[in-house]
Amino acid sequence: MNPDHHSSLNPSSSLKSRFTKTFLRSLIKINKQRPFPYCPREIFQRCHRVKTAADKSLARAAGSRRVWSRAMLCKIRNRSLRRGCQQRPSVRRIIIGYQTTKKGYCLQKKMSDDQEVGTDQASKLRKLVPGGEAMDLCSLLDEAAHYIKCLNTQVQVMRRIADIHSS
Amino acid sequence: MSSRRSRSRPSSGSSRITDDQILDLVSKLQQLLPEIGNRRSDKVSAAKVLQDTCNCIRSLHREVDDLSERLSELLATTDTAQAAIIRNLLTQ
Repeated sequence: MNPDHHSSLNPSSSLKSRFTKTFLRSLIKINKQRPFPYCPREIFQRCHRVKTAADKSLARAAGSRRVWSRAMLCKIRNRSLRRGCQQRPSVRRIIIGYQTTKKGYCLQKKMSDDQEVGTDQASKLRKLVPGGEAMDLCSLLDEAAHYIKCLNTQVQVMRRIADIHSS
Repeated sequence: MSSRRSRSRPSSGSSRITDDQILDLVSKLQQLLPEIGNRRSDKVSAAKVLQDTCNCIRSLHREVDDLSERLSELLATTDTAQAAIIRNLLTQ
């Protein structure tokens, strides 16, 4: 197992505490903005904001060493930029697209001979893991394992917060 | 098998994927997944593991969506001060 370079003796517990701190802080901020949503549209917006805050805090807590966390932060930033100006996100998208086609082509050639791992399944996994399109198979599996671990932590913490709030 | 190994990508020499590496990572994934209880043979189908991984990620995404919906409803009815208290409790 490769330990993180961050000075943390127990990576999983500090990931949890980092995520909790950041997430709670953003929840408080969301609550301050519009305390009482009046119409269903606002309710939906708030729900979306909570989810974005959760994803962002998770990606930040996971650190920038992981491809998926960088890709997720990029996606969130692009989405918020798209609401403002239209120019920067398209440039980023073009660059990522170029990388994808180059690597994707090489990969397809290899994976058509590789009968152990189904191409279908791998491409489905690529769509699920953020930033998965431009990764080779090894890194994809590695990133997917770490991503699942972090998602579990996220679900755990969010469930605990919801339980505490509702009791 | 050796033919596969020699046919690793010539264009990018930085990452040479061997079968052992893939099997290694697949078994690592397998250990993480909660559903797989049977490990009858060493060579569990990698496709099955990938499929379970995809299902696992999808269900986790769904749970996050449900939880964030629940949290946003709860936020509407909770005090800001209470959230600060909870934050102190959780980060102790």
